[in-house]
Amino acid sequence: MLRKRGDDGAFRIWTGLFALLVAVIVLGIGFELWRHSRLPIEKFGFGFWTGTDWDPVQEEFGALPFIWGTLYSSLIAIVLATPIALGIAIYIVEIAPSGLRKPLAFLTELLASIPSIVYGLWGIFFLVPFVRAIETAVAGTPLHRLPLFSGPPYGIGMLAAGLILTIMVTPFISSVAREVLRAVPMAQREAAYALGATRWEAIKVALRFGRTGIFGAVVLGLGRAIGETMAVTMLIGNNPQVSTSLFAPQYSMAAVIANEFSEASGDVYLGALFEIGLVLFVITLLINTASRLLIWSTARAPSRRPAPVKPAAAEAA
Amino acid sequence: MTARGSAARRRLVSSIMTGACACAVVVALVPLGLVLAYIASKGIGSLDLAFFTQLPKPHGETGGGMANAIVGSLKLIGLASALAVPVGVLSGIYIAEYPGSPLASIGRLAADVLNGIPSIVVGIFAYGLVVLPMRRFSAIAGAVALAIMMVPIVTRSTEELIKLVPASLREAGLALGATRARVTFGIILPAAFPGILTGILVAVSRIAGETAPLLFTAFNNQFWSPGIDQPTASLTVQIYSYAISPYDDLHRQAWAGAFVLVVMVLTISMLARLATRRLERMRIG
Amino acid sequence: MMAAKPTKPEEEEPVTASQLAQKTPRPSATTARPPEVSAHARSGESASTGASAGAPGSSASPASPAVVRMEARNLDFFYGPAQALYQISLPIERNAVTALIGPSGCGKSTFLRCLNRMNDIIPKSRVVGTVTLDGVDIYGGEVDVVDLRRRVGMVFQKSNPFPKSIYENVAYGLRINRIGRRSQIAERVEKALREAALWDEVKDRLDAPGMGLSGGQQQRLCIARALAIEPEVILMDEPASALDPIATQKVEDLIYQLKSSYTIVIVTHNMQQAARVSDYTAFFMLGKLVEFDRTVKIFTNPGKAITEDYITGRFG
Repeated sequence: MLRKRGDDGAFRIWTGLFALLVAVIVLGIGFELWRHSRLPIEKFGFGFWTGTDWDPVQEEFGALPFIWGTLYSSLIAIVLATPIALGIAIYIVEIAPSGLRKPLAFLTELLASIPSIVYGLWGIFFLVPFVRAIETAVAGTPLHRLPLFSGPPYGIGMLAAGLILTIMVTPFISSVAREVLRAVPMAQREAAYALGATRWEAIKVALRFGRTGIFGAVVLGLGRAIGETMAVTMLIGNNPQVSTSLFAPQYSMAAVIANEFSEASGDVYLGALFEIGLVLFVITLLINTASRLLIWSTARAPSRRPAPVKPAAAEAA
Repeated sequence: MTARGSAARRRLVSSIMTGACACAVVVALVPLGLVLAYIASKGIGSLDLAFFTQLPKPHGETGGGMANAIVGSLKLIGLASALAVPVGVLSGIYIAEYPGSPLASIGRLAADVLNGIPSIVVGIFAYGLVVLPMRRFSAIAGAVALAIMMVPIVTRSTEELIKLVPASLREAGLALGATRARVTFGIILPAAFPGILTGILVAVSRIAGETAPLLFTAFNNQFWSPGIDQPTASLTVQIYSYAISPYDDLHRQAWAGAFVLVVMVLTISMLARLATRRLERMRIG
Repeated sequence: MMAAKPTKPEEEEPVTASQLAQKTPRPSATTARPPEVSAHARSGESASTGASAGAPGSSASPASPAVVRMEARNLDFFYGPAQALYQISLPIERNAVTALIGPSGCGKSTFLRCLNRMNDIIPKSRVVGTVTLDGVDIYGGEVDVVDLRRRVGMVFQKSNPFPKSIYENVAYGLRINRIGRRSQIAERVEKALREAALWDEVKDRLDAPGMGLSGGQQQRLCIARALAIEPEVILMDEPASALDPIATQKVEDLIYQLKSSYTIVIVTHNMQQAARVSDYTAFFMLGKLVEFDRTVKIFTNPGKAITEDYITGRFG
C-alpha cells in the first residue's frame, strides 16, 4: 500500500505556514508602525527630525532631542563598555586558569540576566546618589566650566543613563567577543609564540585575527544600548533638550515612548510616537544585520583569494 | 641567554596588560555584586506575608502587597508561552527539516530580526494590533507582545536541536514506512526535547523580566483581573510604577518585588540548565 | 615545569644515543632495503665540519660540545599524569639536519616542541630532565623563554600566516623583538624571503595578503618569517606534509640550502624525506628513543630490528 503523497505535503505546508508566520510578524511590525506614522510623516516630513521643540500641547513635535539622547547615551555606553568587555573576554579565553573559566563566564551571563527594571530600580536608589556625589565634586573644580560638565549636579541625567547602559551592555559584547576569540585557531597564537612573542603579543595576534567579529560584537552592543528602555527612562531625566553636558537631564527615543505613549491624546501625538518607534525599529534592524554579517564572517575560515599569478610562477607551487 | 633590556620591557607590558584584563573582570563583577547585594538586602527586608497575599492599597495608604501582580505575571507568561511555543517549535521544525528551501532562509532571517527588535517597539505594535481593535488593555494583548519576543528564541533552539538529532534516526523511521509527520513528532521531537525545553525556559526567563512591552498592552490593575480581556497587573510594571512614585512605602514594596522578580528569573534559568542535564541523563542512562 | 639541574658539558662525555642502542648484527639474508639515500645525506658527512666529530662510519654521534648545538638529556615529558616521553637523550649537531621519525603518536612532535619550550603553553605539561642550547639548560631558571624562541625558531605542519601582508608577516618577528630600524627591516625581510626561495615570486606584491598565497608559498612564507629573526636552530614539524610533491621538493631543497647556516631539526612521517634530507635520524616509538645514528647508517644498516621494520614499511 503506497502512502499518499499528501501526508508529507501536509506536513510541509503546515510547518511552512508557521515559518512564514514569523516573517509575517516582522513585516507586520514594520507595516503597523509605518501605518500609524503616516499622519505625522505627512504633516511634518523630515522636519520632524530636525526640530528641537517637543510640545504636544501646542502640537509641536521636534524629535531631535530623542535621537540625540539615544545616540549620546549609547555612545557613552559603547566607549566605556568595549574595553571592559574585551578585557573580560580576553581574560576568560586567553589568561584564566581553566578552573576559573566556567565560573567567570557564568557570572558575566548573570549580569545579562538581571531584568532591566531591576537595573533601573538600583539605578535610582544607588547609582544616582553616587553620580550626584561625583557631579557635585566635579562642580567644585575648574572642570565645571567645560560644556561637558556644566549644569547643576542633579544626579539624574545623561551620565547616570550612560553608566547603567554600560553595565547592561558589557556582558553582551563580552560573550560574543569570547566566542570570536575561541574561534581563532590556536595555530595563529603558536606562530607568534614560536617567533618569541610574549603572552600579550600573542593575544594581540588573536585579536587581530578576530577583529571583524569583535567589531561585530561591539555593534551588537550598540544595538542593545539603543533599544534599552526601562533603565534609561528611570535615570535619564526625561527632559527633551539637546545638551552636550553629561550632567543634564535629557531624553531618549525609547524613553519618550515609554513615558508618553499611554497619555498620548490625539492622532498626531500618538502618530509621532509611532514614528519614533518606526525609526527605532529601522535603526536596530540595520545595526543588528550589520553586526550579524560581521560576526559570521569570522566564523567562516579565511578564504584564500587567488593571487594574480604569472605563467612561469604558476609552476612554483 | 639572559634577558635583554627590550625583552624585559616587553614582558613588563605583557604583565601589565594581562593584569588590566583581570581588572576588567573585577570592574564588571563589582556592579553585579552591588546590584545583587542591594536587591537582596533591601528586598528581603521588605518581604512580608502581605506582599504575597494582599492587593495593593490605594495610593497614600501603607501596606498591601502584589498578589495580583504576581498572579498576573504568571498568567501573562503562561498565555505567552501557549502562543509562542507552537509557533516557535513548528517554524523551527520547518527550518530544520527543509534547510535548503527559500522559506527556511526567510524564516531564519526573520527570527533573527525579531530577536533584535527593542521590546518597546514590540509593545506599541501589540497596542496597534490588539488593544486598538479591542478598545481596551488586556492580558491577551500583553501575552501577544511577550509571545512575539519569545518566538525567535524558541525557533532558533528548536532548529538547532533538531539538527543535532542524528540523521540515521530519521532515516530509520522513514525506512519503516512512517510518514514525515510521524517521524518528526514521534521520533525526532522527543529526542530533541530536552534542548527545546531549555530553549523555552530560556525564552521564558527573558520575558519574565520585561516591562516595556506590557506598559501599553496589559497596562496595570490594582485589582484581580479574571479572564484574559482585562488590564492585568504584572510584577514588572508594578515595580516600575512604585519605583517612580513618591511614596517610601511603595519604594519598599518595589524592592520586595524586585527581589522576587530576580529570584524568579534566576530560578527559571537554573531550571533550564538543570532540565537539560537531567533529561539527558535519563535518556542515556 | 620542573627541570633537573644542568650538568656542565666539559665535565662529562655526553651520553650518546647510539651508545644506548644495542647493536645486533643483521643477518644479510634479511637486509633491509632502505629507500635511496641521496646525495644530500651522504654529503652531509662532509658538511658537518669542524672539530673531529665522532668516528666516521658506523657509530655516528658527535662527541665534542663545539659540534653539539642542542642536547636533550634524560628528558621525560608529562601531559598531566600521562607520560609522553621517556628518558630521551639526543644530541643535535650544529649545521646539520636531524630528522625525527616514527609512527603517529610516538612523541616526535612532542619532543620537537620541547626544544623551544612550545609545550609551556599547554596547561599541566611537565618536563623532567634537561635540554641544553650551547650548554645552557633551557628549562633552567635564568633562561628567558622569549629569547629562547628567538634563537630556536619553528615552522609548523600546517602553514599559519598571519592575516597581514606578505611583508608584514615576515617583519612580524623583527618588529616584536625590536630588531632593526625601518630600513634594516626592509633589508632583512628581503633577505629572509630570498633564503626561503620566495623572493622572486612575491617581490612585486609584498603588500598582498599572506593568506592569499598557495599552500606551498604560504609554507615558504612561514619559513621566511622564521628566518627573518635569524635563529640559530630551526625546528620543522612535518613542514611538507600538507604540500603537493613539487612544493615538497622545493621545501626539501630549501632545507638542504639552509643547513650551512642553520641547525635544523625536522619531524617527518615520510621516511624517504628523512633519508633524502637529513644527516642524522632519530627513531622514536611510544615515547622512547629507539635508535639514533647517522642517516646513512639507519637506512642501510639499522641497529635494531624494529627500526628496520619501520623503515621498510612493515608497520606505521
